[in-house]
Amino acid sequence: MRFRSAVTIDWPLVACALVLSLYGVAIVFSAGQTDIPTYVARVWKMQLLWLAIGVTGAWMISRASMRMLEWIAIPLYLGTILVLLYLLFFGGGAGTAQGTKSWLVVGGVKLGQPSELAKITVVLMLGKLLGGKKDAPKTLGELWRPALVVFVPWLLIIGQRDLGTATVFIGIFFAMLFWSGLSWRMLVLLASPIVSLILGGVTQLWGSWFLLLLALVIWQNTQTYRSKRFPWEGVAFVTANVVTGVMAPLLWERLRPYQQARLRTFLDPSIDPRRAGYHVIQSQVAIGSGGWFGKGYTEGTQKRLAFLPAQHTDFVFSVVGEELGFLGVTLALALFLTLFLRVIRIAERASDSFSSLVAFGLLGSWFVHVVVNIGMTLNLLPITGIPLPFFSYGGSFMLASWLAIGILVRIASEGRGGRAFGRV
Amino acid sequence: MSWLPNDVARRARLAANGATALVLFLLIAFFRAQIMRHEQFVLASETNRLREVPIPAPRGTIYDRTGKVIAENVVGYTVSVLAQSEDSLRSTLRRLANKVPLSQTQFDRAVQRFRRAPSRPTLIFGDAAFRVVSVLEEHRVDFPSLIIQSGPKRFYPHGPAVAPFVGYTGEINEDELALPQYATYRAGQIIGRGGLEKEYEALLHGREGSRFVEVDARGRVVREEGAQERLPAQADSLMTNIDLDLQLFVARQFGDSLVGGAVAMDPNTGAVLSLFSAPSYDPNEFIGGVSFAYYDSLLTNPARPLYNKALQGRYPPGSTWKLATAILGLQEDVITPESRMPQQCDGFYYYGDRAWKCWEKAGHGSLTLTGAIAKSCDVYFYQLGLKLGLSRLVAGGVQLGFTKKTEIDLPDENESLYPDRMSYFDERYGARGWTSGSEALNISIGQGANAQTILNMARFYTALATDGSAAKPEIVQRRPERRKIMNLRPEQLADLRKAMIGVVSVGGTAASAALSGGVTLAGKTGTAQTRSIGSGKECDHAWFVGFAPVEAPRIVVSVMLECGGHGYLAARIASAIIGKYLGVTPISLIQTEGND
Repeated sequence: MRFRSAVTIDWPLVACALVLSLYGVAIVFSAGQTDIPTYVARVWKMQLLWLAIGVTGAWMISRASMRMLEWIAIPLYLGTILVLLYLLFFGGGAGTAQGTKSWLVVGGVKLGQPSELAKITVVLMLGKLLGGKKDAPKTLGELWRPALVVFVPWLLIIGQRDLGTATVFIGIFFAMLFWSGLSWRMLVLLASPIVSLILGGVTQLWGSWFLLLLALVIWQNTQTYRSKRFPWEGVAFVTANVVTGVMAPLLWERLRPYQQARLRTFLDPSIDPRRAGYHVIQSQVAIGSGGWFGKGYTEGTQKRLAFLPAQHTDFVFSVVGEELGFLGVTLALALFLTLFLRVIRIAERASDSFSSLVAFGLLGSWFVHVVVNIGMTLNLLPITGIPLPFFSYGGSFMLASWLAIGILVRIASEGRGGRAFGRV
Repeated sequence: MSWLPNDVARRARLAANGATALVLFLLIAFFRAQIMRHEQFVLASETNRLREVPIPAPRGTIYDRTGKVIAENVVGYTVSVLAQSEDSLRSTLRRLANKVPLSQTQFDRAVQRFRRAPSRPTLIFGDAAFRVVSVLEEHRVDFPSLIIQSGPKRFYPHGPAVAPFVGYTGEINEDELALPQYATYRAGQIIGRGGLEKEYEALLHGREGSRFVEVDARGRVVREEGAQERLPAQADSLMTNIDLDLQLFVARQFGDSLVGGAVAMDPNTGAVLSLFSAPSYDPNEFIGGVSFAYYDSLLTNPARPLYNKALQGRYPPGSTWKLATAILGLQEDVITPESRMPQQCDGFYYYGDRAWKCWEKAGHGSLTLTGAIAKSCDVYFYQLGLKLGLSRLVAGGVQLGFTKKTEIDLPDENESLYPDRMSYFDERYGARGWTSGSEALNISIGQGANAQTILNMARFYTALATDGSAAKPEIVQRRPERRKIMNLRPEQLADLRKAMIGVVSVGGTAASAALSGGVTLAGKTGTAQTRSIGSGKECDHAWFVGFAPVEAPRIVVSVMLECGGHGYLAARIASAIIGKYLGVTPISLIQTEGND
């Protein structure tokens, strides 16, 4: 047999990512076009450079077989934990997030945000753990290892005061548990303490939720154990909900004022149109004033007159809405949806459970990013400050996103329909 | 995971449907905002624009050592305009000029400010008179883009008396904005200029607040929002070592006619009790922009009010420096306090091919070191200088700190001038332009290549007043820093102090300045010959540096009067200052003969 490259390239996937990235660079360029020029005017060149680095990185990582990635998942994960631990003490803030400690700074030079790459290593580690079992986890007892794998980096990133990124890890966890075949009841029960935390502030809401939960616990108990054992699990879930529900008001007091303000203004931006509500209102005005076709590329007045905050990072999508209108928004969302559906297809056709889980985990990470970021620009979700994949200016995230593309190309190539199908 | 093909396919379908549903949901949300509520948001983007209006922070209050106010903030008014373009600014300004007096300079400056920071309200009047404010309030409707704001205004209750160390404030200029220490500043902000205001800018600045006003597309203020985004934060107060009563007293001593400077220090801690330069200026005139007439009058005044005589002025120290020659003699064991020089003073000392005069034409006869200090006998110090030799005088001067700044916590201090190495003379006069003998003669009596600031002489005398270590002068209360500058035994220092008492007792050169009430003053007069600044004629600067009480000195005073003639004039002021500080009255004794 003639020697051929071990990898076939999944062109729909790569083309989709490439178009999204170029679209993103164009918007980052426009974001810099303000009436009073700032450093943002120059960042698009950096973004283009990072795109090139990302594509190169993707090509390189697609050379590595999934077996090899599975093999190095543990050392990579442990290395990630060490770096995150280091950041907890020596991390720096940067750009629009000065207060966080997510930057790796060596000798005064800001190298990047390892938490972006941590998402990939956590996906690999979870994939190895969940993929190693023949069946989906059924009980809490089987879930403590995967939970720990996510919980440790999650806690470290919370320690860096980067709430947004920490949210993404939760998203990855649930996405991969779903893909591993965990029952929907278990997923809801797992998520229930978080729901209690959110509803804990309002007694009636929480009370209704609690009744629903009790019903679910009883059902779950009959399904799994046929009521032959003491319902440890049900007791654990109920207790967790009671604890988070009671803690919610206490925790609220502990939140930093800016975090409280963000949550409050999410519920009603007009209560404080100048402070915390300012960003969201200006973003909504920018998007809403875009109309069908927008104000024209680089012509957005909200952005030009600097009303729009963080227009090259967190609120980059507001520029799309203002300048390219509903048409530009639809195009971007369509591209993202295409990407998602393609990745689901890759996960479905993967050669083994590890590859499949990794593909779906990477999807979960992007999905949370896209929904939370875009939802925030329209005040559908509170401001958490997580970037939009392929759009927001940021080197580490661009690199991480393209490394993920590289891994997905490999998975597609090894899976059904790929050239490397059946080879190791 | 469960890896049954049917299970996987089911989950993939579920995921795909979920993703599609969520993206569709987002799309609907965008449709609602961009299409259905389009009109409303277009209106918002065109009409409702929040503009940030900065609220200046009150600067930190500056207090003296007893808590009296040196610099504070009072209520003032600023008038600014929110302009969309330079043209609209010009037209507003032109219409404004019909209602209130607006000079061409103010007009041009406003345009400049707009160019620097178009998004900030453009300041027109930094310190508007109440009359102007009331006229503008009356015509409010005609000027919708005007922002009249009351805010803190710097005020110095004792203006000219404290200006020499406190400085003043002013709007940051373009050159300063480019400096790294002002990286966080924005055009239109107020910064410290000179003195403590500049030195402690970072502490005194405070944090600017801001509020929002809604403006329409043409920059007209639609609505004044009551709530403030951020309240300005006043900076911490600055506690200084200054004794305000003493400072005011010193300023009064100089009056309107005398030119010169004075420094009073606590020799034990280096605390600067008073620092004055005459003539002074009124820092309040600078607040909100100095008028051209006033600034011009300062610049054209031949006595140079903006030039700090105490920190920047460098004058030959004259006989006040003879103590340094004496210290070096004792330290090198060239002499003892009882030593007499080979040649007694007949009013002249012959060296080289010329006769070097003593100020006392009649001569002092044969003197010990103690007597020579009290009488300030030049002939004695000529010979002592020659005995030491020029290289030891140069090295000793460096050791005593005559080449350096005092490192006081004030900006713009000048370095004192003194040769720091032997090659200095070659560089200055050329290799054959000088002889070590004549330079040694000049330096030994505080002339020649030697020019000291008033402050540096005060610092030198803190070492004489204590154990031979000089205190670093400090205006703001901090940890005292002292450094040993001479190697004298305590009894040698005591002898020198005894000799300095002689200066101000009957028969000494400053006998008119002694204090009553059991307090003994030690000090040294000086009359330094120099060319006067303006005319180029020779004139004499009057010096006195001294301390009291001699047993346990609590104050060192250094006074210099430009072209003040005889040193005893300076001594009289110095003893008045010391008397005021110690609470005793100086007594006027017999006025001594001679001119030094």
